[in-house]
Amino acid sequence: MTASAVVFWVLTLIVLASAAVVVLSRSLINSAFALLATFSGVAGFYVLLGADFLAAVQFLVYVGGILILLVFGVMLTHRIQDLDLRAEARQLVPGLFVAAGVFILLAAVATRTPWAIGAGRLPSATTAEIGRAFLGKYLLPFEAASILLLVALIGAALIVRKREDA
Amino acid sequence: MSGSLVQHALLLSVALFTLGALGVFMRRNVITIFMCIELMLNAVNLAFVAFSRSLGTFDGQVLVFFVMTVAAAEAAVGLAIVIALHRHRDTLDIDSFNLLKW
Repeated sequence: MTASAVVFWVLTLIVLASAAVVVLSRSLINSAFALLATFSGVAGFYVLLGADFLAAVQFLVYVGGILILLVFGVMLTHRIQDLDLRAEARQLVPGLFVAAGVFILLAAVATRTPWAIGAGRLPSATTAEIGRAFLGKYLLPFEAASILLLVALIGAALIVRKREDA
Repeated sequence: MSGSLVQHALLLSVALFTLGALGVFMRRNVITIFMCIELMLNAVNLAFVAFSRSLGTFDGQVLVFFVMTVAAAEAAVGLAIVIALHRHRDTLDIDSFNLLKW
């Protein structure tokens, strides 16, 4: 077994086990901390697949941003003393059936399709190329994404504000 | 190794997506469902990066940035909605938010 195969299987174990904890754990805080391991494992996969800059962004945006927001959401909506929240599962059997169907379908597509293999190879440092792509070929979507972020920021502040007339 | 690495990464992405979908189907807490949606988005991102590797182009990685942007916007607005809901109903059980159902 090569070194990258060992890293692959270790990361796979981390990602799948922590994702299972996220889905099955009864405590929201446990789910949030398991999500930390999942995001980190996915960042490890980005490194393994040669996307070094994306791995750093994954840490900054998901771990540093979205996960912190999620934990704030948990803390703001639950009193600290009842951290063992009722987060019970219902519809277990139908959910399992539908999820198994989704898995079989997607796995069949992923394994049976003859995916095209490109001739090009990614350079070892991707940051400069991504920057050029954003300011060249993808300039319009880039600007649209920045407007989306601004709208989301204003909208989120608008939704959670206290109404004076209520 | 490169071809099978991409294949394995795709299968892992499928498994991660299925786990997220299972969570959305069977959990009843809004915040847990939200976390499962993030899991599914991460699975899609992983598939994009795997394809970017196998095709040798950057387009997949650039798309991941846009997915992350939308995920960040969704996190901000989604959690704002969750907090507003909690203020009105004092619960996070998704079965109690049925005002728009008929």
